[in-house]
Amino acid sequence: MMRVLRWSIPLGIFVVLVAFLWVGLSRDPREVPSPLIGKPAPAFRLSKLHAPNETLGAADLKGTVWLLNVWASWCVSCRVEHPLLVQLAQQNIVPVYGLDYKDQPAAGRAWLTQHGDPYAVSIVDLDGRVGIDYGVYGVPETFVIDKTGIVRYKQIGPITPEALRDKILPLVRELQR
Amino acid sequence: MIPELGHFALILALLVAIVQSTLPLAGAAIGEPRLMALARPAARAQFVLVVVAFACLAASFAGNDFSVQNVATNSNSELPLHYRLAATWGSHEGSLLLWTLMLAGWTFAVTLFSRNLPPVLLSRVIAVMGLISVGFLLFLLFTSNPFERLVPPAPEGNDLNPLLQDPGMVIHPPMLYMGYVGFSVAFAFAIAALLGGRLDATWARWSRPWTTVAWAFLTIGIALGSGWAYYTLGWGGWWFWDPVENASFMPWLTGTALIHSLAVTEKRGAFKSWTVLLAIVAFSLSLLGTFLVRSGVLTSVHAFATDPARGVFILVFLALVVGGSLALFAYRAGKVGLGGMFGVVSRESALLANNILLIVAMASVLLGTLYPLFLDALNLGKISVGPPYFDAVFYPLLAPALFLMGVGPAARWSQASVPGLWTRLRWAFGVAVAAALILPFTLGRWSPLVAAGLFLALWIATSSFVNLYGRVTSSHRPGLVAKIAANSPSYYGMLLAHLGVAVFIAGVTLVKGYETEQDVRLDVGQSVAVGGYEFKFLGVQPGPGPNYRALTGTVEVRRDGRQLETLRPEKRIYNASGQTMTIAAIDVGVLGDRYVSLGEPLVENDVSGAWSVRVYLKPFIDWIWGGAFLMALGGFVAICDRRYRLAVRRRTESIAAGPGSAAAAD
Repeated sequence: MMRVLRWSIPLGIFVVLVAFLWVGLSRDPREVPSPLIGKPAPAFRLSKLHAPNETLGAADLKGTVWLLNVWASWCVSCRVEHPLLVQLAQQNIVPVYGLDYKDQPAAGRAWLTQHGDPYAVSIVDLDGRVGIDYGVYGVPETFVIDKTGIVRYKQIGPITPEALRDKILPLVRELQR
Repeated sequence: MIPELGHFALILALLVAIVQSTLPLAGAAIGEPRLMALARPAARAQFVLVVVAFACLAASFAGNDFSVQNVATNSNSELPLHYRLAATWGSHEGSLLLWTLMLAGWTFAVTLFSRNLPPVLLSRVIAVMGLISVGFLLFLLFTSNPFERLVPPAPEGNDLNPLLQDPGMVIHPPMLYMGYVGFSVAFAFAIAALLGGRLDATWARWSRPWTTVAWAFLTIGIALGSGWAYYTLGWGGWWFWDPVENASFMPWLTGTALIHSLAVTEKRGAFKSWTVLLAIVAFSLSLLGTFLVRSGVLTSVHAFATDPARGVFILVFLALVVGGSLALFAYRAGKVGLGGMFGVVSRESALLANNILLIVAMASVLLGTLYPLFLDALNLGKISVGPPYFDAVFYPLLAPALFLMGVGPAARWSQASVPGLWTRLRWAFGVAVAAALILPFTLGRWSPLVAAGLFLALWIATSSFVNLYGRVTSSHRPGLVAKIAANSPSYYGMLLAHLGVAVFIAGVTLVKGYETEQDVRLDVGQSVAVGGYEFKFLGVQPGPGPNYRALTGTVEVRRDGRQLETLRPEKRIYNASGQTMTIAAIDVGVLGDRYVSLGEPLVENDVSGAWSVRVYLKPFIDWIWGGAFLMALGGFVAICDRRYRLAVRRRTESIAAGPGSAAAAD
């Protein structure tokens, strides 16, 4: 009996793994709404990526509809959504603020030079503390925040052209009214 | 008509696969030869049917049949023919069909090259592979039909993801899948052995060449993927610890452990149950990789198609296949015995230590990949794991494993002595230490990490040389050629693969230690000096491509006033999707690459003016892929060994002679 138990260790590990994967599936990060939706955007005050002596806070943006895009130079998936953000910035529909998450500011600046800078302002979240307040699962993520500072939508993972066209832009237009 | 034909062929393939997986297994259980004899023809019929289905899909892509959903979403009439064919496996559905094709192909190869296997074992092996095929065919037909029609047909296709429109991406998936799926053969052998309750040296000898080939293909596949990332993602990185990369790296680490463990099982009859477990784990990780990529539980740049319903299917399939085999392992492994004894200092010990380090390294990658998911599932918070974790955990685990690569081949089986090893290896060790201490000075800057990396690379190389020298000089045959020929191909394969690792480590160390990068804004005609080279920017010209508009920059590279090369980095804007791609221009050299990629124009939309340009010097970076190809080459050389063919024919003799008889060869 002991013998069978000993040889069952791999099976045991696997069962635990499957249980986690099962929970992971039911929590598909793209499907679960953030608990922040409908609540005020968590306050922050962080220094700007391109002007480290100046700071920006969520409170400064009251009265405008804005997007908060969490990105990082080490984030591979950000490269997928980035051209879309650059395009969006050129259309001047809604300002996008970038949260450079757990990143070296120099690397972040270099990355924006390389790939284009769609952000009205980028702020630096060196230790990821603001990211935690916003419940960042992984980079990239994007929040839609309305004039009164309430989070209205959260996109987890790269913004797809469909999500931008069908969800984010219609919502932004409605909120801007 | 053609898509329907393909669909029909897939359904038939499923029916044949059901026959292939059930009746021979039943036949093996009750000892009925006629049922067992079904395995081979069924596997071949299934292969033909899957080939037909795949050809039908490829034909739909080649003929721009936009009434097929898959073609309409992943191709475009402007797409050149070779990319249209590559688009066959560019989508989720198509890549699964490729998976199934590979599986059927490997099974077909088993029917060809295992003529002399005992019928009971052969029928079990083929049936197990058939079972896996049933799962994948069901998955294809019920959740991911590649032949789904689109009514009304689309006038034009959406185009293939531009990231995939690249020569490297044309061959990367087939190579990777050859490797992934190839581990199914070792897996099937392991399950068949557990079912039969007989695990011996001959079993290991049969599994070895299959495992080695699969591993070699996986090595090539991973190297191609990494090379692709290097020149298309535009910032000169070659490995990102992205979940999908990890998904292919974990089976590789386990497969590497398996190859070595199989060697011990074949030569010494030891590590039996460990070897079987590794065979199961290697293939399970291939399945897990498929699950991670296709289910969307982890977000990743590569997760092109994700759908929770598909995730559930793969997870259930994974649970059945892996859970079932591990349960069988728990039930049977105790009965196959532990095999021979060996001393604390011996080649077995070195290989066991190497195995454990590889598996712990694999586990650390697995943990890092799934950690965000674990924490989220336990409501402990949300974190993201990036390169810092992997760098901190992975390298310390790998360093001792690399050191042991020098010791292992020099140690005797069963019992070796430390003084004896020291006598044999002291010169190799001394040369490696001295060169590692001095070389960094000649390359510019001394740093402990560079010295450590170079020591490991040199140590593997020098100890391999000492080993070869010892083998050749102790041979009693007359003449150098005869002395060299006296060693088996599998020995030379081992040396080549180990040298490949040395080359790889040298490349990684030097590129990490000495790469330089400059991110500069350049006006037309302006130059920048980087590491002794002068890069002169001559402006950007717009021009047409087959299915994109290109912005091509011209950069002249000079050294000491002499022009070396003109580099033409590109930005492409694809017509159908409007997506942009950065194509770096690389002047490849054995001693290092000069790498230029375009950023953005300084004045928006003014492409003829100044640009931000990224210039890299990447010393020895091509050694990374060169090393990987040497490893794979070593694998292919190793399987040319005559004994794999002789062993099959003379299996009864070798069982009688016992595992010790072939001990001289490796």
